[in-house]
Amino acid sequence: MSVFETWVAAFLTLCVFSFLYKDNPFYRFAEHLFVGASAGYLLAVQWQDVLIPNVWTPLLRDHRLTVLIPLALGVMMLARITEKTASISRWAIAFYVGIYSGVAIPGYIQAQIIAQLADAAKPFPSGWGALSAGLILVGFLGVLSYFFFSAPHKGAHGIAARIGIWFLMVAFGASFGYTVMARVSLLIARVQFLMGDWLHLLPGS
Amino acid sequence: MVWARRLLALDRRIIFALIALGVIVPLLLPINLPVAVSPRVRAAFDAVDALPAGSVVLLSMDYEPDTMAELTPMSVAILRHCFRKHVKVAAMTLYPAGVGLGEQALNQASRDERAVRNTDYVWLGYKSGFQVVILGIGENLRAIFPVDGYGTPLDSIPMLRGVNSYRQMSLVVNLTASSAADYWIQFAQGRYHAPMILGSTAVMATDYYPYLSSRQILGLIGGMKGAAEYERLIDVFGNGRRGMDAQSLVHVIVVLLVIVGNVALFASRGWKGGRGVGGVAP
Repeated sequence: MSVFETWVAAFLTLCVFSFLYKDNPFYRFAEHLFVGASAGYLLAVQWQDVLIPNVWTPLLRDHRLTVLIPLALGVMMLARITEKTASISRWAIAFYVGIYSGVAIPGYIQAQIIAQLADAAKPFPSGWGALSAGLILVGFLGVLSYFFFSAPHKGAHGIAARIGIWFLMVAFGASFGYTVMARVSLLIARVQFLMGDWLHLLPGS
Repeated sequence: MVWARRLLALDRRIIFALIALGVIVPLLLPINLPVAVSPRVRAAFDAVDALPAGSVVLLSMDYEPDTMAELTPMSVAILRHCFRKHVKVAAMTLYPAGVGLGEQALNQASRDERAVRNTDYVWLGYKSGFQVVILGIGENLRAIFPVDGYGTPLDSIPMLRGVNSYRQMSLVVNLTASSAADYWIQFAQGRYHAPMILGSTAVMATDYYPYLSSRQILGLIGGMKGAAEYERLIDVFGNGRRGMDAQSLVHVIVVLLVIVGNVALFASRGWKGGRGVGGVAP
């Protein structure tokens, strides 16, 4: 980044951080600028990386008329802009939903259900791996019991459901810990930018 | 108890300041705490390390600036590892705002390892439509990317001669902050059986452990910590490792704040139950 770009980025970072004190015009300026710049950028990238190589060039240079079919479906989607023509977009949506369902459902069943069930049904490994596999089995059955609502959570079913809750709590705790780490990482990177790239205070910057 | 009530009414900006100090001080005065490598990251490293020179890896950097702090160090580390092993990289993104970030990571890694564009790596750029793109690569790479990110026809790029689908790619690497990972697993791995490793933000990492266990992914790199582990494995001191001191100190501060906050909450209601101060439910 050039010096000017670094200063602009640092100024905008500080504008956003100023919200931590309280809402203020600098924060709102950065927020609105972000929304506008993102929208313009997305439009430019879609035009440059999608419409030109996949529609414009094949149609006008290579004369591939088949490109007109997806182009027409795309244009039909835009008919939602007015209430009068909105129904035209349903044709394109129906096409998309039909194709997507056919493609996605087998993939989902294979990757999310069959492969996972196959892994859950594997024989226990030897050594410490057996303990780990046993814990996974207990957690798996416990959590399934908790989400089985067709019978009251009483007796053996109640005990299994309670064990399931404990496993869920541990999973939520692990997720929360990772979330804290993720958010702190974002802050670290911004501080690295401010103190390194902008102020040159960090060792080696 | 007065102290407990005062503590619970603490201005949240004091906590912000504490966290800021927890980040700034270790960055100014690094002590370089050791980074232990987890089996998940080791497995991802091994998957790349086992690739023979000349093989082609598809790297999809599916993230935007909001998560670049975690995923850019990961991208750079994996790219550097590939370039050192003379493994060729076809890089792309499924996110429009990922274009600049992907190019940035490629430029940094290629500069550090002296890799050459179109010989050691190619930047395919961005294409919209997660599933369509991932499925399309399985059938015909050139139908999805007729030209690379700079407008060069794929047929005129030496590195991609004979490469037209997952069958000619030795590994798929997906670095993502979104459900794009699900689609890569479902289609690239599930349908086309492409060997795959995943790098994700820390928030998502726990969701993908089951895929590691079932070998649908060969390795998993989670968040900045995962990036730091990978950097250690390739003996690089990048932004991942630089951030680990601050990460550790802030975690200590957060744990202490959670403990102090809970003690104050219990103390404020006399350890007997009932409602805490300020209408806070116990």
